[in-house]
Amino acid sequence: MIYQNYIRVLNIDLSTQKIKVEHRKDLMEYLGGVGVASKLLEENMRADLEPLDESQPIVFAVGAASTIFPVVTKTVAMFISPLTGELGESYAGGRLALTLFMAGYDAVVIRGKAAKPVYITINRNNVEFKDARALWGLSSEDVGGFIRENEPGSGKRSILRIGPAGENGVAYASVCVDTYRHFGRLGLGAVFGSKNLKALTVIGDKSIPIKNFKDYFKVYQDIYKKTTDTEIMAKYHDLGTPINVEPLNDMNSLPTMNLLQSSFEHVEAVSGEAFAKNNLVRKMACTGCPVGCIHIGQFRREFDKGYEYESISVGYDYELIFALGTFLGIKTSDEILQLIEAVEQAGMDAMSTGVVLGWATEALQKQLISEQETIIALEFGNSVNYIKAIEYIAKGENDFYKVLGKGSAEAARIYGGEEFAMNFAGNEMPGYHTGYGAIVGAVVGARHSHLCNAGYSADQSKEDFDKQKVVDALFEEEVERCMLNSLIICLFARKVYDRATILAALNSIGYEMKDEDLTAIAKRIYKTKLRIKEALNFDVKGVKLAKRYFETPTLNGILNEGIAYEMIEMYHDKMKDFYNA
Amino acid sequence: MAKVLRADGMNKCIGCFSCMMVCAGVNKQDHSLTKSAIRVKTRGGLKGKFVSIVCLGCQEERACAEACPSGALEHREGGGVLLKAEKCIGCRKCVKACIVGAVSFDEVENKPIICKHCGVCTKFCPHECLRMEAVE
Repeated sequence: MIYQNYIRVLNIDLSTQKIKVEHRKDLMEYLGGVGVASKLLEENMRADLEPLDESQPIVFAVGAASTIFPVVTKTVAMFISPLTGELGESYAGGRLALTLFMAGYDAVVIRGKAAKPVYITINRNNVEFKDARALWGLSSEDVGGFIRENEPGSGKRSILRIGPAGENGVAYASVCVDTYRHFGRLGLGAVFGSKNLKALTVIGDKSIPIKNFKDYFKVYQDIYKKTTDTEIMAKYHDLGTPINVEPLNDMNSLPTMNLLQSSFEHVEAVSGEAFAKNNLVRKMACTGCPVGCIHIGQFRREFDKGYEYESISVGYDYELIFALGTFLGIKTSDEILQLIEAVEQAGMDAMSTGVVLGWATEALQKQLISEQETIIALEFGNSVNYIKAIEYIAKGENDFYKVLGKGSAEAARIYGGEEFAMNFAGNEMPGYHTGYGAIVGAVVGARHSHLCNAGYSADQSKEDFDKQKVVDALFEEEVERCMLNSLIICLFARKVYDRATILAALNSIGYEMKDEDLTAIAKRIYKTKLRIKEALNFDVKGVKLAKRYFETPTLNGILNEGIAYEMIEMYHDKMKDFYNA
Repeated sequence: MAKVLRADGMNKCIGCFSCMMVCAGVNKQDHSLTKSAIRVKTRGGLKGKFVSIVCLGCQEERACAEACPSGALEHREGGGVLLKAEKCIGCRKCVKACIVGAVSFDEVENKPIICKHCGVCTKFCPHECLRMEAVE
């Protein structure tokens, strides 16, 4: 807790509807965020039970400097992933970090299962369990609407909710946070569903006096200036992350049509510029971020004959354009927005959904499955049928779609086509086919995300390729990000928050820290994550890579499978030395 | 010349809440948004528009000051009022009197939160939604 020497943890048991608040001094050495959440996950998880067993925990944590400095906006969720069966870690922006902080909690641990569907409301002096039976089955948008009407705290609250996919146990179901942000990856939505937890509202209206206003405000102003007056963050506001669509295409790094290609002939029509020109209607920010990277696009839908139209707005980002666009051969920005909306209604991770559908499309082409399974023709470029398929996955329409809801690895295990099931250790690939860094980084990354260690960035280095150097860079970045995620800084502001800035921020709010303390914290957190992965029997050397990764050109040409496996082994050895030291 | 706050660029608002954070910080030395004299919210959820609720700087007739039984709200040059905390008895009549809802109440201090048009919020608005205007 800010200005205190303990971490304040709210424990919620859904089975008994009892709560317990703990002040944990011992957790201070994990700083906050992913550090505290990893430790709490380790303490509460049951390695011997299934990910969706009711005794498994959901852990949320805010960081040591959450929302009181610019762009420090994220909340971490940790859980056992129903998609990979191991470490589940996901981040969301929106208002959640602010509201948890202002409700007076550093972390929340939710265990057990409610007898009937419920939603939880947390505020500074109460935790309430409310009847959500009538909300079960509703889309996350509709649930958000009802809760907004019924709960107080407008403007100082955050509303998390799941859609039908989470209720039905889709292994990559997401949790929507404040309409436009998500705990997207690795299936937190299914964990919510398995606990009969439809939604969670946090109201933050506590007074937290500033201890040393002069020091704090000086640092705040410096960071604010660095964020708004310099070019560091401009690209995230202007075109937003979709600015990357064309450059990645030109680098042969844009996964297209289930990675049959790494560039897309219709790229201009789905570029950041195309979205800005045709669809962009608004930009928004997470609370505490003066950048505003959230881009909202609009499309028009004819819902009936006789010129009956509605306008629909959804958030779009690079990763969504890749997964629900180029990866499925979708040629227009309007259609991509329609697919994003379908995924929003269902409450699923956009990236996994797109990549899973890419596998299904090719499996159908190769006749590993037939339309008896798929019900409709899945074909690259056919957005109408993909929208239907998204609904089928969310509902678990038939046995085939139930399997698709478990991810591309499971689908390929049952129906074949492992050579083109584009996942890393069960987590569907991100939109960067840049080279060895991206592939090895995703395999060795604690949660198999491109954000674990930014392998795609290592691939874009101007230096000559050197296996050891790439492995070292991945390792260092993985460890450093454990520290950044204990604060929890939005990784877009990675360049604003250098170590000196981080130390100035922390010290102005009463932490007494030196550079070496940050290093020690980063290592302590990474070790905790590795312990969790070991307990869950993850072996990085057992990961099999789809052949397709080595058939389609990257920025660095066609890759060699042997080199990738060799680099994974090198990382493994380095990690073991670190772990045992 | 006296200046007053004008929030007439809210169509450009991204909802970052920086204005509220610095208002609460500078004027109340508190991290909490509840201490801010300017409040940004959405109408109709996050898909609705951002609006700001803040003192409009009434000039001729100031309903809040008229409602105050203890003379704690003094006319501010250029518009709006200034709170004389020592005279305030915490009756909340000013909260009710403000037709745009710009006066909120600090439950801990038992005093209304009154915008003094200091303009710090305008300096931390990244999108020029807020500005200071010179008035006669």
